[in-house]
Amino acid sequence: MDYGQVVANGLMIGAVYACIAVGFSLVWGVLNVINMMHGSFIMLGGYLTFFAWLHLKVSPIVSVVPVAAILFVVGYLIQYLMINRVVMQPVLTTLTLTFGLDMILYNFMNLWFTATPRRVVLDLGRLDLGGVILPLDRVVAMGLALLLTGLLYTVMRTSRIGRAIVAVRMDRDAAALMGIRVNKVYAITFGIGALMAGACGALVAVVFPITTSVTGLFLGKAFVICVIGGLGSVPGALVGGLALGLIEAFAGFWFSPQTAILAGFVIMLVLLVVRPTGLVGRRGYE
Amino acid sequence: MKRLPYVAFALWFLLLAAVPFLASNYFVKIATFLAMYAALALSWNFIGGYTGYPSFSTAAFFGLGAYTGALLQNAGLWVGLAWACAAVVTTVFAAVIGFAILRMRGHYFAIGSIALVEALMLVASILADLTGGGEGLNVKIMPGGPDYIGRVFLYTMLGIMLAAFITTVLVDRGRLGFGLRCIQQNEDAADMVGIDTRRYKTAAFALSAVFCGAIGAAYASWVAYISPSDSFSILLTLKVPVMVLLGGPGTIFGPIVGSAAFVMMEETIWSKYLEYHQAVLGLVIVLLIFFLPGGVLRVFRRRAAA
Repeated sequence: MDYGQVVANGLMIGAVYACIAVGFSLVWGVLNVINMMHGSFIMLGGYLTFFAWLHLKVSPIVSVVPVAAILFVVGYLIQYLMINRVVMQPVLTTLTLTFGLDMILYNFMNLWFTATPRRVVLDLGRLDLGGVILPLDRVVAMGLALLLTGLLYTVMRTSRIGRAIVAVRMDRDAAALMGIRVNKVYAITFGIGALMAGACGALVAVVFPITTSVTGLFLGKAFVICVIGGLGSVPGALVGGLALGLIEAFAGFWFSPQTAILAGFVIMLVLLVVRPTGLVGRRGYE
Repeated sequence: MKRLPYVAFALWFLLLAAVPFLASNYFVKIATFLAMYAALALSWNFIGGYTGYPSFSTAAFFGLGAYTGALLQNAGLWVGLAWACAAVVTTVFAAVIGFAILRMRGHYFAIGSIALVEALMLVASILADLTGGGEGLNVKIMPGGPDYIGRVFLYTMLGIMLAAFITTVLVDRGRLGFGLRCIQQNEDAADMVGIDTRRYKTAAFALSAVFCGAIGAAYASWVAYISPSDSFSILLTLKVPVMVLLGGPGTIFGPIVGSAAFVMMEETIWSKYLEYHQAVLGLVIVLLIFFLPGGVLRVFRRRAAA
């Protein structure tokens, strides 16, 4: 395996990582909430995709839309009914609450789906670009991840609700004075975060085995990407995701897969100390 | 009146110490857990309660202590000395790391402290030659039979709890506690009036590590087997702050009350709803956040403005 292949692998996974982090980063940046449920949301999306594929023969490329819609509703309701009540409280409270909710969700997913790893197998063949081999299912996942990330970017830039979210992020009180319903915007933002997680779950189901035991792993990746790329901006998450994909690919190539994960955390801890604003973007909140 | 809680604590301590003479080994185990979690909660209280920093590093210190103690003990060191060394190593580690990551506040600090747990867990898995990796590490079982061992570890944990309690009382009444409370209320103002915030925060972080390290090492000897995911458990790192929140952060007795309530609750939940154990614990946390915020989280709510 040469370096071209390592770079290709890193970028393919990195695009999916970017998609994983973009919803987490949005929720953190706008709501100032660290959503500990993000990893479980991804797995929930993965399971829904898997069962739709297994029982209804729906391709993940199609089921990504309804899965994302379901997760949006789940996220909207959780924020509207629960997190909104404590959203202004310090991080210890909100993080503990989302962790408690995650324990409930995780427990039920474990009971219903069991921890057996499952995977959607799309036998699409592979692409050979002068010695660099690209499995087509991964290429599809990468393409969809980039498409979703671009879509979110467009929605945030151009749509009415996107501008409202950005306004609330900049100044909650001023936005409220301008007639924006902050609670509703919060719920929609959290819903979008869950939607992106669910859509990612559909992509992840194509690339990795789906099992409840990896929820923490994906959550950890979201942390690392947010710190590398900076908070609350779509381009930041994209840069962070691709960077983490490449870091892991090279660390895995030179050392071992576990070292690859450790490398991500170590770089994150160093960045937190040296440059807490990330490579792109600005500090969200203190 | 002011003496009443201290008397209650003394009685509680004596009751736990008397358990081996009153009840079966099952209750000895529960008493050991009560002492252990009380000490962990008292430790977290220095950084999370008095200083108001959302630290999730408890499991990092616990696991580091467990591995240090186990490795030293396996290398032939006397058990007590291995525990003491584990406490020292953990404290030095916390002071060095704390000096770096305590520059961050709020969310960044929370994330950094969780990442510390994950990073150490990976290190323990990767250094398989030394630590046994994912297969875990066996620790020499102490000779003397279950009754004797049960008592040794109960009194060890009780001793650590007492040390943590006395430290808390001293900090609470002393200059350090005053400074930490100032930082909790408004760090910039504390800095302005001449409190060396960095030194104080580092001291609080190190204090929150020393007993965790000792407990981790004692725990490793007690269960005689440790593994990375067990020692650096994310669940532990969240459970301890929740205990303190339950009882009242930034107080002397809150962590003891909270951890006792939590351990007893967990013990009844464990035995009844094994399949839904985690969900029920999650529910307890959610209910705690929503319905006990007035008395319990008041200290933290004040920090929201800061």
